[in-house]
Amino acid sequence: MNASHRIVTASPHIKAADDTPTIMWSVVASLAPVVASAVYFFGPSALLVLAASVAGALAPEALLGNRGARSLRDGSAIITGVLLGLTLPPGIPLWMAFLGGAFGIGFGKLVYGGLGQNVFNPALLGRAFLQAAFPVAITTWPAASKNWWALQGDNFAFPLMSPKVPDALSGATPLGLMKFEQTSTPSLDLILGSTSGSLGETSGLIILVCGAYLAARKHLEWRIPASILATVAVFSAILYAIDSAHYPSPVFALFSGGLMLGAVFMATDMVTSPVTHRGCWIFGVGIGLLVVTIRLWGGLSEGVMYAILLMNALVPFINRATQPRTFGALEAESKP
Amino acid sequence: MGELVWIFLSAMVINNFTLALFLGLCPFMGVSARVETALRMGAANIFVLVITSVTVSFLNAFILEQAPYLRIISFIVVIASLVQIVETVIKKVSPTLFRELGIYLPLITTNCAILGLAIFQTNRGYDFIEGLAFALGAGAGLTLALVLMASIREESELASVPSIARGMGLVLIIAGSLSLCFMGFAGLLSSS
Repeated sequence: MNASHRIVTASPHIKAADDTPTIMWSVVASLAPVVASAVYFFGPSALLVLAASVAGALAPEALLGNRGARSLRDGSAIITGVLLGLTLPPGIPLWMAFLGGAFGIGFGKLVYGGLGQNVFNPALLGRAFLQAAFPVAITTWPAASKNWWALQGDNFAFPLMSPKVPDALSGATPLGLMKFEQTSTPSLDLILGSTSGSLGETSGLIILVCGAYLAARKHLEWRIPASILATVAVFSAILYAIDSAHYPSPVFALFSGGLMLGAVFMATDMVTSPVTHRGCWIFGVGIGLLVVTIRLWGGLSEGVMYAILLMNALVPFINRATQPRTFGALEAESKP
Repeated sequence: MGELVWIFLSAMVINNFTLALFLGLCPFMGVSARVETALRMGAANIFVLVITSVTVSFLNAFILEQAPYLRIISFIVVIASLVQIVETVIKKVSPTLFRELGIYLPLITTNCAILGLAIFQTNRGYDFIEGLAFALGAGAGLTLALVLMASIREESELASVPSIARGMGLVLIIAGSLSLCFMGFAGLLSSS
């Protein structure tokens, strides 16, 4: 056919280069430094736990996913598996990590119809399930071991048997120390990450850099982490100013626990966060308030997971409430 | 005053009747398909819970002192008949309000959340004002659960839910997930 012929097609004629697999794989790539730092701090156990949770997330997606192999190729299940693994302690038995991934994808995503239709963040739902089912295993953090190659805790415990956890070796996370023993951890350790905790709870600095990269590529809604972190900082600064003996400092609140990981990688999940800008601010402020409330006055030392899940549940309602008017909006209201 | 706020918040969020204590599941599953209906059901629930609380305070103060073994049966009979009377009065006085609440009122009177409130209030020894705060908190909690469920269900109506999970199956899974989320409030403020 002659090249000068004009071909008539339906719109759209100009397409963005970004599609779902591109975005998902760039998130996977930006998680690589976080994974590397987890391996650096916790040794081969970290790799084993991450591999188990990724395998757990891929299994139901491959077996039951409505788009078969295509839903594996877009990388979204891998993100779920990696994020779930990063919220687990390094010493958790591998079968629990696998089960968490399978539950998160199966009951958090596939039953809603797969990618783009789930209400709750699958990784966090898997972790909430593990927290409810195995409350001891998921809150046992081994103390940092001298030998990098040594496994942390009892990774190869047989399914449904209780893992061997030597009491003398279990360490406490900075948040646990703050809550139950009222001792703070030096800020520099928190920022660089040489503390006990879950795999992704270590270096806030690395997570912030990865998040900035994603935000620069516009694969991440910067309003959500910004509003979460600002709310936590302001709320804990007010409490710290009132009573600095009881409440932790804002720097401690920002860099301890899973706040950085949750704010940058989990709350910003495109599927389970609000669609409007105003909704994103409400969502972030809500998460920040819930995090500080659960951490300081709740029964658990860490509240990021529940805060994000609770706000996920509110997202359909936030979307309804912040729906911009199609016609007749005033100039001031036209930017939702 | 602080005590009352604490009773209200505890009943609404921390010990949410539906999501933490699993009471009142039938309206939670049955009348949560639309946000508007869910809101009306919530309002009707608050209404009946407040009537229950007042009735229970009255019964406990004046009648059941002498006959504690009559507690459960008198709660059920008195509350159910009182709500029926109130319903008839509303029908006569305000047909609009009756259309808003009317269909739901008979559904709620025999609900376990109502008897649960009556028994909790008696066992914890709440006085009249504390009972009212408890009833309002429990009602607000039920409304919160209903609205959350309804907004999620409305959204998932547009999703391509696989055939095995369609309908009540998905509702049960959402209910379980919501309940997992509310576990985050467990132990909140219990020290104060």
